[in-house]
Amino acid sequence: MPTTKSSQTPVIELKDVSFSFDSAPVLRDVNLTILQGDFVAIIGPNGGGKTTLVKIVLGLLKPQKGKVRLLGSPPEKSSKRAGYMPQYATGEKDFPIRVIDVVLLGLMGVTGCGPFFKKEERKRAEKALDLVGMLSFAQKRVNELSGGQLQRTLLARALVSDPEVLFLDEPMANIDIGGQTKLFDLLGKLNEEMTIVFVTHDVGLLSRHVKSVVCVNQTVFFHPSAQITPEMATMMMGETCPMELVAHGLPHRVLGRHQGTLSHDCHGHKETE
Amino acid sequence: MEILHLPFIQNAICAGILAAIACGIMGSLVVVNRSVFMAGGIAHAAYGGVGIAFYFSLPALPCIVAFSLLIAFIMGALTLKRRGRMDTIIGVLWAVGMALGIILVDITPGYNVDLMSFLFGSILAVPRSDVHFMVALVVIIVFLVICFYKDLLSVSYDREFSQVRGVKVVPLHFLFLCLVALAVVMTIRVVGLILVMALFTIAPYLVEKYAGSLAKMMVWSSILNIIFVLSGLFISFRFDLTSGATIILTAALFFIVFESGAWLLRKLAI
Repeated sequence: MPTTKSSQTPVIELKDVSFSFDSAPVLRDVNLTILQGDFVAIIGPNGGGKTTLVKIVLGLLKPQKGKVRLLGSPPEKSSKRAGYMPQYATGEKDFPIRVIDVVLLGLMGVTGCGPFFKKEERKRAEKALDLVGMLSFAQKRVNELSGGQLQRTLLARALVSDPEVLFLDEPMANIDIGGQTKLFDLLGKLNEEMTIVFVTHDVGLLSRHVKSVVCVNQTVFFHPSAQITPEMATMMMGETCPMELVAHGLPHRVLGRHQGTLSHDCHGHKETE
Repeated sequence: MEILHLPFIQNAICAGILAAIACGIMGSLVVVNRSVFMAGGIAHAAYGGVGIAFYFSLPALPCIVAFSLLIAFIMGALTLKRRGRMDTIIGVLWAVGMALGIILVDITPGYNVDLMSFLFGSILAVPRSDVHFMVALVVIIVFLVICFYKDLLSVSYDREFSQVRGVKVVPLHFLFLCLVALAVVMTIRVVGLILVMALFTIAPYLVEKYAGSLAKMMVWSSILNIIFVLSGLFISFRFDLTSGATIILTAALFFIVFESGAWLLRKLAI
């Protein structure tokens, strides 16, 4: 089990956090600590609360119960020190905005105020676009982009503020396999400077850069390793928490594929190592 | 060109240009925020302000401004927690505002014919004092939109992301609603509250596809609106037609010609 070589400063701390939409519980009694320098994959079934968990950490949703700390402060105070790439472009497709201006919006609340963006800010935005390989698209309108290009633009928007922790919700959704490997390599490089937390429903996407795994299905389990051992899976499913069967159906698939016994997995186009 | 020397024509042209600018700017914001129904709600609920002005014999324009701002605030407060129910709440305010206006006008002693002018516009009867008031409103709208341009753009494009970045989304939501209310009130004078939507939507919709930025969309929408208002005004004067409706039909005609032209060009290109 590889240990993270990072410092012991917690980036995310959740204590007894419960959240429900109206009366339907989404997350229950979540306790989670993620340390600085980690590269975390949040996995779990659709509707299991992965996105909700991220939104709670970012202060977009208020849990009914429990304490949330992001970078040591309540999220509404510290969220601007985080980078966020949402699940899909929440902005309207037809919105009259150029790629460079989308990235500049990532500097809101970071650099100076004033009604318009300054030259230095444009330089930063161009640097971020260069990093994700989108610089040549800077002057394109967003409705001219493909899904993957838009995703990379949104990644640049998340990175432009030099965040201390980067949250990505389904970052691989519109990206082909070659692009996914490239993106993971980029994230791996970024991980030298920042903590990375990403959500995925596709366990085939646990790359070698991933250091730990969080399983979410109403409750949350933290695995300080990217590998899910048979012992762990059995323990989670069989003994301590029988209701976790569904959540750990996904890690189980990783296990199955490692043993070479599972062939029906439609996501199995990419090995974890 | 003799008519340009008539004071009421001069007032009409000034009022038309001012409303065109306000609607070009705020219409763009409304269209990209998909809040056209909300603008319609404020426009119709503003009729309550008309009723209050009549009943208490208050100056009309300031009274409608105050009432529209009140409606905007109520709308903002009620929809803050329940964004998903925004359309229902707008529908309620829309109806209640209008009903209040009608009842207040009903119980005002002595029926006032001027009422229709608020529904259908009376650009040829705009007094000089109203033009001054409109200048003030346009200056306020332009000033606030420039001051908060980045923030308004950010919240309009991606509200959740803006919130993570620490943008004050709630105060901006109220600011947006209030600016819409101000623009709506101005337009009531020119084309009437029934027809407010056209100046808010036609030009921004035409421009949206081509503009490289929200700012350009605002500028071009304002320019198009000015063309609509002035040509509509000229036609209505020339053929003795109701000015508000003529302006709208002029805009609609322009819209149809432009869109079918663009469609033809696309067809020919393929």
